[in-house]
Amino acid sequence: MKIMANDMKHTEGEVMLLKGNEAIAHAAIRCGVDGFFGYPITPQSEIIETLAMLKPWETTGMAVVQAESETASINMVYGAAGAGKRAFTSSSSPGIALMQEGISYMAGCEIPGVVIDVSRGGPGLGTIQPSQADYTQMTRGGGNGDYRCIVLAPSTVQEMADFVPLIFDLAFKYRCVGMILCDGVIGQMMEKCVLPPYQPRWTEEEIRERCPWAATGRPKDRQPNIITSLEQTPEVMEERNLRMQEKYRTIQENETRCETYMTDDAEYIIAAFGISARLAVTAIDELRKEGIKAGLFRPITLWPYPYKELEALCTKQTPNGENMVKGVLCAEINGGQMIEDVRLAIHDAMPIKHFGRMGGVVPEPDEIAEALKNFIGGLNR
Amino acid sequence: MKTEIIIAGFGGQGVLSMGKILAYSGLMEGKEVTWMPAYGPEQRGGTANVTVVISDKQIASPILSNYDIAIVLNQPSLDKFQARVKPGGILIYDNFGVISPPQRDDISIYRINAMDKAAELKNPKVFNMIVLGGLLKVAPLVTLEGLEKALYKTLPERHHGLIPLNMQAINEGMEIIVKD
Repeated sequence: MKIMANDMKHTEGEVMLLKGNEAIAHAAIRCGVDGFFGYPITPQSEIIETLAMLKPWETTGMAVVQAESETASINMVYGAAGAGKRAFTSSSSPGIALMQEGISYMAGCEIPGVVIDVSRGGPGLGTIQPSQADYTQMTRGGGNGDYRCIVLAPSTVQEMADFVPLIFDLAFKYRCVGMILCDGVIGQMMEKCVLPPYQPRWTEEEIRERCPWAATGRPKDRQPNIITSLEQTPEVMEERNLRMQEKYRTIQENETRCETYMTDDAEYIIAAFGISARLAVTAIDELRKEGIKAGLFRPITLWPYPYKELEALCTKQTPNGENMVKGVLCAEINGGQMIEDVRLAIHDAMPIKHFGRMGGVVPEPDEIAEALKNFIGGLNR
Repeated sequence: MKTEIIIAGFGGQGVLSMGKILAYSGLMEGKEVTWMPAYGPEQRGGTANVTVVISDKQIASPILSNYDIAIVLNQPSLDKFQARVKPGGILIYDNFGVISPPQRDDISIYRINAMDKAAELKNPKVFNMIVLGGLLKVAPLVTLEGLEKALYKTLPERHHGLIPLNMQAINEGMEIIVKD
């Protein structure tokens, strides 16, 4: 029996049962995106599949193109974005690696675009099963040069839908590449989702107004807009770099997002993002039953990382002047990547340990609870 | 109230669809649900399983160590998930091709000869609906009304004519499930 995914006949605000990947496709059409360019790869193929099924070119006028490769996809996004269009691509880990050149070029040109990574086990072609081993690839970039991308990490299907309009807004606000990093679990699982309301696509006039930098055809009253990442003079290139660094500082100042769970009296913090945060919540509920005061710190923006918020949480004092938090466990589905940012946030103030599985193996909540107990055992020895 | 369910069998048996209909029925009744398939490069004949959680409250982890209910439709799935049913939980199995039946005495074990029934109805495609009926008999997680609504919602219109047949299969399943 074939069950069709839900189509656009659904009423506004209706609760739907969707895969994370499907939610992204629906949300993109609804928030007035102009184009999708992508190449299929598990575990994110439902994004292009859903777009193909919904045929938005017949309704909103959004273009959906299956490119010949990931390299072509990102360069199509580059081209569309250069004209001030709201375009995105999606792929999974090795496909994103192929896109890094285009992402660096877009960053260098300061044009906004969106890249979605539903990550899988690596390195190399790895496995098709879920993994969070793209943390470094997404937050530190794989492309050349001094650039940053805003990275959001959803942990529910609802957030997959909600973060699409958000990441487009952020990318266009700061003229940078916006990314959504999730994993095969959130991409493949179904849960409740209310889709964002419809917004029309920007008209050509609106694009000219909102994106004065875009290559939209030169009117008589200004010089041509040239979009290039190449400069012949180092000093001019440095100038551009300084401007970009200033912009990144502004983003770090204003755009960090995070969430906590049961941290008011927590003595041990589990730091986790994306699906790991949900595994950690179940682990924390179990640990609390055993009298272990555990809490969750979940960064929603992986870049800019919420360093200040984590530091504030970990330096909280008890009434008699002691540090309330005694240690942090980083639960990630990788070999230890976000732990570097946790260290940057809290330095050597307290013990920090990593727990993770790799290669497409998703840990069960019990394993995280056990890891925290072992960590506490080690501290008290 | 939260119920954590694993449905496991061969690819092609309708394991994922069954989970999806169950999850959608829960949604129709205003519950929180998650549906998480163990996806891999397998196709018809390989193993397939899906974890479905139905709850009154928000669901944290969609991936679980142990289950309240396990529905196992072949020997490898039975071997894998029998030990992972929580004490006091429910295990439902189809004995078609099962050589060593479940052994635990701290859980309720039910047998449903859905494969035989589907053959008798001359419609192997309704196999998963027979099993779903059996599940709802021993654990009324969702109402038949909610389930019928879910079928109308999830099936494309051109297949709506098949819904009475599916409801009939569900009723058959409710009849034939027995305590082992």
